[in-house]
Amino acid sequence: MTMQMADSVSLAAPDAEARAKARAHAEAARDNLRTEPRPVRIIIIALAMIFLSIFVVLPLVVVFAQAFSKGILAYFAALAEPEALAAIKLTLIVAAISVGLNLVFGLVAAWAIAKFDFPGKIFLITLIDLPFSVSPVISGLVFVLLFGAQGYFGSWLRDHDIQILFAVPGIALATTFVTFPFVARALIPLMQEQGTQEEEAAISLGASGLQTFFRVTLPNIKWGVLYGVLLCNARAMGEFGAVSVVSGHIRGETNTMPLLVEILYNEYQFVAAFAIASLLAMLALITLIAKTVLERHLHEGQDPSDH
Amino acid sequence: MTIEVRNLVKTFGSFKALDGVDLKVNDGELLALLGPSGSGKTTLLRIIAGLDWPDSGELLFNGEDALAQGARERHVGFVFQHYALFRHMTVFENVAFGLRVQPRAIRKDEATIRARVKELLDLVQLDWLSGRYPSQLSGGQRQRIALARALAIEPRILLLDEPFGALDAKVRKELRRWLRSLHHEIHVTSIFVTHDQEEALEVANRVVVMDKGRIEQIGSPDDVYESPASAFVHGFIGESIELPVQVEGGIVRLGDRPLALAADGLAPGASRLFVRRHDMLVGPPGSGAFEGAVQHVRNFGPVQRAEVALSGGKTIEIDAPRDKELRAGDTIGLEPRRYRIFAG
Repeated sequence: MTMQMADSVSLAAPDAEARAKARAHAEAARDNLRTEPRPVRIIIIALAMIFLSIFVVLPLVVVFAQAFSKGILAYFAALAEPEALAAIKLTLIVAAISVGLNLVFGLVAAWAIAKFDFPGKIFLITLIDLPFSVSPVISGLVFVLLFGAQGYFGSWLRDHDIQILFAVPGIALATTFVTFPFVARALIPLMQEQGTQEEEAAISLGASGLQTFFRVTLPNIKWGVLYGVLLCNARAMGEFGAVSVVSGHIRGETNTMPLLVEILYNEYQFVAAFAIASLLAMLALITLIAKTVLERHLHEGQDPSDH
Repeated sequence: MTIEVRNLVKTFGSFKALDGVDLKVNDGELLALLGPSGSGKTTLLRIIAGLDWPDSGELLFNGEDALAQGARERHVGFVFQHYALFRHMTVFENVAFGLRVQPRAIRKDEATIRARVKELLDLVQLDWLSGRYPSQLSGGQRQRIALARALAIEPRILLLDEPFGALDAKVRKELRRWLRSLHHEIHVTSIFVTHDQEEALEVANRVVVMDKGRIEQIGSPDDVYESPASAFVHGFIGESIELPVQVEGGIVRLGDRPLALAADGLAPGASRLFVRRHDMLVGPPGSGAFEGAVQHVRNFGPVQRAEVALSGGKTIEIDAPRDKELRAGDTIGLEPRRYRIFAG
């Protein structure tokens, strides 16, 4: 018994020693990777920080400083203007419509691409990215060409008294087009990685297609869906180029928040312009925080030992 | 439940996964589909489950056409290679899934479902894990939960795709024995796919050996080991020595050297001679059909494995008992105790 114990001690000691040695070795190796001398490292990090401060943090600060430059009362008065309220309302409506549509389209497209093989799949994947690769102004112009007075459907629309351009439908369409890739892009890699085995298991256990979707597929991708919706919403509310082309800038009617900021700015109403801009800036900050939280959930959901 | 497969063909692009497969599975049988990867065994399993569809051929359950039914209606329990447990559900909910998605008319009440799940978790001896998530389980535990989940729907047939493939050697051996005794207990017609011959021979009542989308042999584990029906089966099952020989006028030749082996009833031409490693008996030089020089000897569990360069050029590995004196450099005679010669 005592011999056994002595044995285990003598065994444990060199083991611990070896481990300590290995750790020291690893640390030395990491230090060797830092080939730059200390001052160089400090300069590089400082440059990055200064650049970020000037180009990212400073503008954000300026927006809020300008918005509150005439005091907090002027700020809220500017936001309470009917024109401002109308713009906020329109922005929310347009975002709700385009996020809703893109949620459905994005889910369907990601589902088709990740779970099935069909001819033209590569083409479809490429097509999904089109709104990202084309200038938003051109995206807007496409809708003018389609639905404008001189456009392909222009006369038919006028005959049937349907207003698309210079109205909510046109703005929603342009926004939907520009923000289409977000949900699909967030879901395709996630669904591809998860494969179809869990769905197959559900079906062989007797689940219907709908039961499989709501009980198995959707819970597995819910964080990805939220992530896509979040980015889609941020872009939908902030979109300027495409919306500017199709909106017609009718005050109090077809101006979204970004459009109103520009108009107010051009009219030298700085407090009002920056007050609305500050709302968009806050949306950006909230989006960033939510994005960080969601990304953590996304990584938690992936289980490395599953593969 | 009996399963009958008639002339099943399935192609993926230009790849023939199944090339005319006929198979009858008896009621209550535990059948192994054994073959190398790409032999079509998993495709056959997925077609029986209704997860894939054949290009042509028939599939009958108890004599009735099963291809007319989808996977949902077939009541086939399927255990996936990587288990495919629902990662967002607890072990309990995983097992309960099949009961919860039943049509409202026949769905059991909550208390019955709970009792049934408890019973199944007891059966696989993992009741204490019911609140855990799949990512918190070991491979062997996941495997048994996947099995419990498949059994929850009281399947008419149980299909297992490489059930032990992703487990380490020790757990694999335990689970093998366990699966055998479980099958003995519940007696549902079961088919499992494996590329591991030991697994197939140890667990199954009958073994189906497949290669390149065709069935090479169907038989009991003893049959396929002792009397392989083709060169492929002999080479695939058990450790075999394979030598290219010529059959001419009742004489078997290895290179120029005539071998003292019976060639009765063999078609003349190029053939292949198969001998199990342990069926090569070592004797003094000149004593057997072969002669060779020992190159290398290594002790290997209960046997010693020797590399022998045969006169005629080819080097083979044999297994000899540990008490046989063998040293590198020795010249020895070798006599095959049992052998098979296949044409081609």
